[in-house]
Amino acid sequence: MSEEPLPAWSLPADAVERIALPEAWPGRLTREWAWGEATGEGVRICVLDSGVETDHPLVGEVQESISISIEGDEVLVDRNDTAGDLCGHGTACASVIRSLAPQCEITSVRVLGAGFTGSGAVLLEGLRWAVEQGFDVINMSLSTTKQKFANLLHELADTAYFRRTMLVASAHNMPVESYPWRFSSVISVGSHEQEDPYAYYYNPTPPVEFFARGVDVEVGWLGGGRLVCTGNSFATPHIAGIASLILSKHRELTPFQLKSVLYLTASNVRGEE
Amino acid sequence: MNEDFRSAVAAGVLGAEASYGALLTSIVEVARAIFRAKASSIFLLDEATDELVFAAVAGEGSESLVGRRFPSSTGIAGFVLVSRQPLVIEDVLEDPRFSRETAESTGFVPKGLMAVPLLHEERALGVLEVLDRPSDARFTLAEMELLGLFANQAAIALDLLQRARRAQAVLADESELAVLARLAAVLEKRREEAEGSDDPALLLLAVLEELL
Repeated sequence: MSEEPLPAWSLPADAVERIALPEAWPGRLTREWAWGEATGEGVRICVLDSGVETDHPLVGEVQESISISIEGDEVLVDRNDTAGDLCGHGTACASVIRSLAPQCEITSVRVLGAGFTGSGAVLLEGLRWAVEQGFDVINMSLSTTKQKFANLLHELADTAYFRRTMLVASAHNMPVESYPWRFSSVISVGSHEQEDPYAYYYNPTPPVEFFARGVDVEVGWLGGGRLVCTGNSFATPHIAGIASLILSKHRELTPFQLKSVLYLTASNVRGEE
Repeated sequence: MNEDFRSAVAAGVLGAEASYGALLTSIVEVARAIFRAKASSIFLLDEATDELVFAAVAGEGSESLVGRRFPSSTGIAGFVLVSRQPLVIEDVLEDPRFSRETAESTGFVPKGLMAVPLLHEERALGVLEVLDRPSDARFTLAEMELLGLFANQAAIALDLLQRARRAQAVLADESELAVLARLAAVLEKRREEAEGSDDPALLLLAVLEELL
């Protein structure tokens, strides 16, 4: 990125060069260009969930385990959370990401486990913390239905978008409004039934933008175990993993460009190669 | 308060809680039959204690479970409630910490389960679970959709049940509102009993007689 300040809201004729992109767009965009040979190396992913079991054979190293809680008006960030995974779900998501991007860095931010009451506020604070840390990708296989959090979540999602943090969130398959997956600054993910982890589809009728593998997925679970799971929760880390591959090969991509690459390489868009 | 008052008159006084309880039981029985599962249950979130309570159960363990409670962040049901995400899991036994205590205390440890949050407007009211589908049946998105439909129905029933309970609480109260609600209840009862007779004076006398 250029060190010079960019024009905020306009682009004078002599400034076009200043926003020159570091990499030319290929005439035809292939998956090979997008992530061929990529491993996720150098990409920092945050799994905002129930915690991640460290040293799980399907997850490997967890860079950091953080927990977020709220006491009174105070937000507590424990940067050495030893509670592990309180459900299994976060480990499952991390294992899917690891299976696609073997060398990415995974950080766990635990926002679940302290009961139902206050869980929306903890989710919000967890996301705020993760956005401030500047992760490349945040995987969020959860949502809240509380209207009072919608505006704050929306602001956070936009802040992430402008700071080059791609928020990948599970869509709901029920007739309720929930957040943050409905915001256009995030990538929202639903499930398809195929077994190919690299099969993903662009949905021309949003709010759900992409469909990825989410049925009968073998994932890591508690105690070093494995389970077969179904749900949009498991489709989401597939897109997060593929996004990490793309970002590890093309570090300069903004969320807008990353979404465009995902669109152009989607199974129903890319055509014959 | 107006809404509570209307609920009290319209629902609470007519013994709605039992009816909605029966509706919940009917929903889990149908869910169990359609998915050919061993059991199905609905958990209601008790926000005051932050606990999940068995509100209806069909299948194994059904007699003794209704009313039992456990912390709202326990196991799969707790996760589904807090994350608002439906989950389908096979081979639950491989998960050594799958709320085993809860499962064993119910006398039934499932091999697989489907769990879906019960959402009504912006509130999460509870969780619907379907346990042990036949293991040969591969899960499909069509089943997920079906589960979502059941969840929607169950959420509406839970919402009605909660309204009925609130209405009962209003009735049990000694406030002016409660007196009015009781008056309305007696009036309604008398009206039913005196079908055919529409003399308002007689009706009022009968109501007064009962209240005094």
